[in-house]
Amino acid sequence: MQITFRELEGSNKSFYGLLGGLGLLAVIGLFAAWQMEHYGHIITGMTNQIVWGMPHVFAVFLIVAASGVLNVASIATVFGKKFYKPLAPLSALLAIALLAGGLMVLMLDLGRSDRLIVAMTHFNFKSVFAWNVFLYSGFFTLAAAYIWSMMDRNMVPYNKTIGYAAFFWRLSLTTGTGSIFGFLVARQAYDSALLAPMFIIMSFSYGLAIYLLVLMAAYGCSKRPLGDAVIRRLKNLLGVFIGATLYFVLVYHMTNIYFTKQHGLERFILLNGGVYPLLFWLGQVFVGAVLPLFLLYAPITRQSRKAVALACLLVVLGGLAQMYVTIIGGQAYPLPLFPGMTVSSSFFDGVVHPYSPSLVETMLGIGGMAVAGVIVVIALRVLRFLPESLDDSVVDPHH
Amino acid sequence: MKDFDTYRRRFVTSVLGIAATTALPVGVMFWQTAQGKEVDDSPASSKIRWGMLVDTTKCATGCNACVSACNKENGISGEVTDTSPQWIRKVNVTNPENGYSFTLPMMCQHCEEPPCVDVCPTGASFKRADGIVLVDRHICIGCRYCMMACPYKARSFIHQPVEDQLAEVPRGQGCVESCTFCVQRIDAGQQTTACQDACNAEGHQAIFFGDLKDPESSISKQLATYGAKEVLPDLNLHTGVRYQGI
Repeated sequence: MQITFRELEGSNKSFYGLLGGLGLLAVIGLFAAWQMEHYGHIITGMTNQIVWGMPHVFAVFLIVAASGVLNVASIATVFGKKFYKPLAPLSALLAIALLAGGLMVLMLDLGRSDRLIVAMTHFNFKSVFAWNVFLYSGFFTLAAAYIWSMMDRNMVPYNKTIGYAAFFWRLSLTTGTGSIFGFLVARQAYDSALLAPMFIIMSFSYGLAIYLLVLMAAYGCSKRPLGDAVIRRLKNLLGVFIGATLYFVLVYHMTNIYFTKQHGLERFILLNGGVYPLLFWLGQVFVGAVLPLFLLYAPITRQSRKAVALACLLVVLGGLAQMYVTIIGGQAYPLPLFPGMTVSSSFFDGVVHPYSPSLVETMLGIGGMAVAGVIVVIALRVLRFLPESLDDSVVDPHH
Repeated sequence: MKDFDTYRRRFVTSVLGIAATTALPVGVMFWQTAQGKEVDDSPASSKIRWGMLVDTTKCATGCNACVSACNKENGISGEVTDTSPQWIRKVNVTNPENGYSFTLPMMCQHCEEPPCVDVCPTGASFKRADGIVLVDRHICIGCRYCMMACPYKARSFIHQPVEDQLAEVPRGQGCVESCTFCVQRIDAGQQTTACQDACNAEGHQAIFFGDLKDPESSISKQLATYGAKEVLPDLNLHTGVRYQGI
């Protein structure tokens, strides 16, 4: 059966209402950035101890999710699953939107965001950040070309090649994002090659959760048919990704627990570090993994769309908690200047560094999410990203 | 025709007048700049490696002379909040098992293989040929990746507008900064740092500064006789700052 793609219909009122709401959040985010630019980072909760704060939690989450959300398209193109083909355009659109939102937050948090042009013209090729400048811009180009090859009949012959390129590029991109932390020899919480593959598997999970949420919301609002086959396939895949993420988290902590020199850090993150163990166990593990797995697979909930939507939302919240524990928790634990000794100084050596995010930096982070939302809402309204129907009779469950 | 000549003359005169009026303040600005201290503008030489040796057995607990001198030399306020810059700080170290303790000044260790330089996306963090690790304030974008990478927590981010800067030590909001080994002194031909002078003035003489590549320098002789350690030696960064008694 021929699948037809159409712009999203639905009432103008709800479209402009949604756009207005997201737009307002985006404007508030930009206002926050302007305040930070004017007064300096003194108005944020970030310090010389916690140098990366809430903006990085949101930015890294969005960038990781951006690469992961492209998976749906990759499954169609690279792994040849016909079933996923009608789902692919939205996947590439979300990839562009999430990356744009994440990068906006990252750029506007810079001490000198006015020097963006410097970051584009001066490169130190030993820096993971410099690699990422190329990885991010290349990703935009490839994802855009990917969409082009799906929407323009003349470009269809290139779809497979572009799809392969985008797949390998997205793996490199998340390797780059994980390596921002993985290549930091100074910090006990990072300094591990495991972070690169762990970020990749996290991206699978975050990206698919966001994909499912947007898909269900778009089809729900526009009253287009969305069959159980699509939901079942995607939610089962999400379950696998959540489990795989949990496995990597387990291996990471088990390795650290085995090494005596890491005991202090592990005790801090898992047991006595205040907000960090709470966010780890309650946020990352329970809300972000155990509960969604239950919702996706338990006989009483697994048939319910609401349960699937809730599971996706919980994966996103758990992902943000995981980012917070990784990024902020990793910095809050003091650097081991003299291992085995107790140290103190006027620069807060040897003590756990407190961090309370301010409203401005949180608004900047939420603003980035809103920008991603604005891009998606407009694109779905004006371009043909979504099939008119994803009913069970239309999709091909055997491929 | 004559009218046109008059018009042309008037036009040229007014253009020159406007140009001269505009040029005056610009000229004054350049003149002021030219009045800055003259520095030796020959490039840093790789025949030298500036280094520092701290004898912790002479470094006195409670003495903060090096910190105050650094603040004065570089125009730093000296506040000790969690957002204020500290280029040098006194770290008190105690062995919890037996109570053995010592104190030492901690600052940028001017590594031979600096992690901050590795991670800097724009190349703003750089190491001079003479071993001094600096931040180029013109291309620092304030990403703070260097602060994440520094094992010694030696760098500070400037969280708010900077007032009362010194002419020789330009600083500014949104950039990262750290100890420069008093590079403004070195480039003016001096051979000591402010912290070292202050330590000597206090009578402790715990800080030696000099060329690590010159076997005749006092720092090299001291190192050859007594030896010294790097902080976190297993990182193999070959720091330019060494400590005795740690």
